[in-house]
Amino acid sequence: MKPARKQRLYLIGLIVIGVGLAATFALQAFNDNLMYFFSTTDVVAGKAPKDRLFRLGGMVVDGSVKRPGDGILVQFKLTDYEKDVTVEYSGILPDLFREGQGIVAKGKLNNKGVFVAEEVLAKHDENYMPPEVADSLKPKS
Amino acid sequence: MSIIPKPVGLFFHKMASPPHFYRFTGRLIPWLSWIFLILVVVGLYGGLVLAPADYQQGDSFRIIYIHVPSAWMSLFVYVVMAVAGGIGLVWRIKLAEIVAISSASVGAAFTFIALVTGSLWGKPMWGTWWVWDARLTSELILLFLYLGVIGLYGAIDDKRTASRAVAILALVGVVNIPIIHYSVEWWNTLHQGPTVSKMDKPSIHISMLWPMLVMAVAFKLYYVIAMLQRARTELVIRERNSQWVKTLLESI
Repeated sequence: MKPARKQRLYLIGLIVIGVGLAATFALQAFNDNLMYFFSTTDVVAGKAPKDRLFRLGGMVVDGSVKRPGDGILVQFKLTDYEKDVTVEYSGILPDLFREGQGIVAKGKLNNKGVFVAEEVLAKHDENYMPPEVADSLKPKS
Repeated sequence: MSIIPKPVGLFFHKMASPPHFYRFTGRLIPWLSWIFLILVVVGLYGGLVLAPADYQQGDSFRIIYIHVPSAWMSLFVYVVMAVAGGIGLVWRIKLAEIVAISSASVGAAFTFIALVTGSLWGKPMWGTWWVWDARLTSELILLFLYLGVIGLYGAIDDKRTASRAVAILALVGVVNIPIIHYSVEWWNTLHQGPTVSKMDKPSIHISMLWPMLVMAVAFKLYYVIAMLQRARTELVIRERNSQWVKTLLESI
């Protein structure tokens, strides 16, 4: 290879590596800000902000969805399979909301440690299958 | 260059010659178009008719047959563009420069389609059109990178200079590609994790997977066809004063 070409090739390599390193450091520094939501363990451990809105993500605990009163208020527990947080929400739930499904809720903790949600989004997982297959995977009771 | 077998090296050497490239791609494109057409019909029929509805999402999941191949292509085309741009920078091969810039608008279109289909699906499924999570945001940045490349190329009159400027921008933007790919693993996102590229086995039933793979190949062919068409036009414009283009124009 001609020296001029070699030099340009090295220069390109340096640019790509340099930008890569810069991006790595920047992303490391802002790692917490890039998290779209806090896990329930974070919230129980007190890592979540106390006085402002934040997002909480987790699985809806089976059998925890209750509708106290006759309104649209719904109460359920979220879990990351370690710690649970109780969530209250009044509003219309997305299609994919169901027990055992992952969701992301935006809201605040009240002084009783209950998360009062203003918005609930469903977080679907990476599994796709026909209903018959899903049925056959369920544990036989 | 001894690692590359001689016939392959000879092929690329020949392809770097503009008149040869023009003639060869002119013969290639009809063949590719027929294969593309067949694959798209098979893939869409498989995805929209044969594949069963999803156990959670029902029929809405079918948007993945457009969304996922577009998203894959948005990353793939960017890498091709950056590599071709880099080759153009180092070896000053005109055709590499042309392949790079001809990829930009096709890639931008794929990125746009991935963003729009995701958004349309997100409203009923997630409950929102858009969120600023790591996956969606980095994919949006990819669209801006493509648009930046197209804009920068158009802003510089001398196309050889423009190609060099564009190649540097494309190479700087390459850092975004692994970020998009791994965003769903590195950070909590609303977007789902990887389904197909999981190391063990894909978490999608085979009856739903095959049409998606057919569509992925179809989209790849579409990219090649669209990119080559643009490259041929760009080549003729750049070489308009050369003898082979004059001969070509006289023969029409």
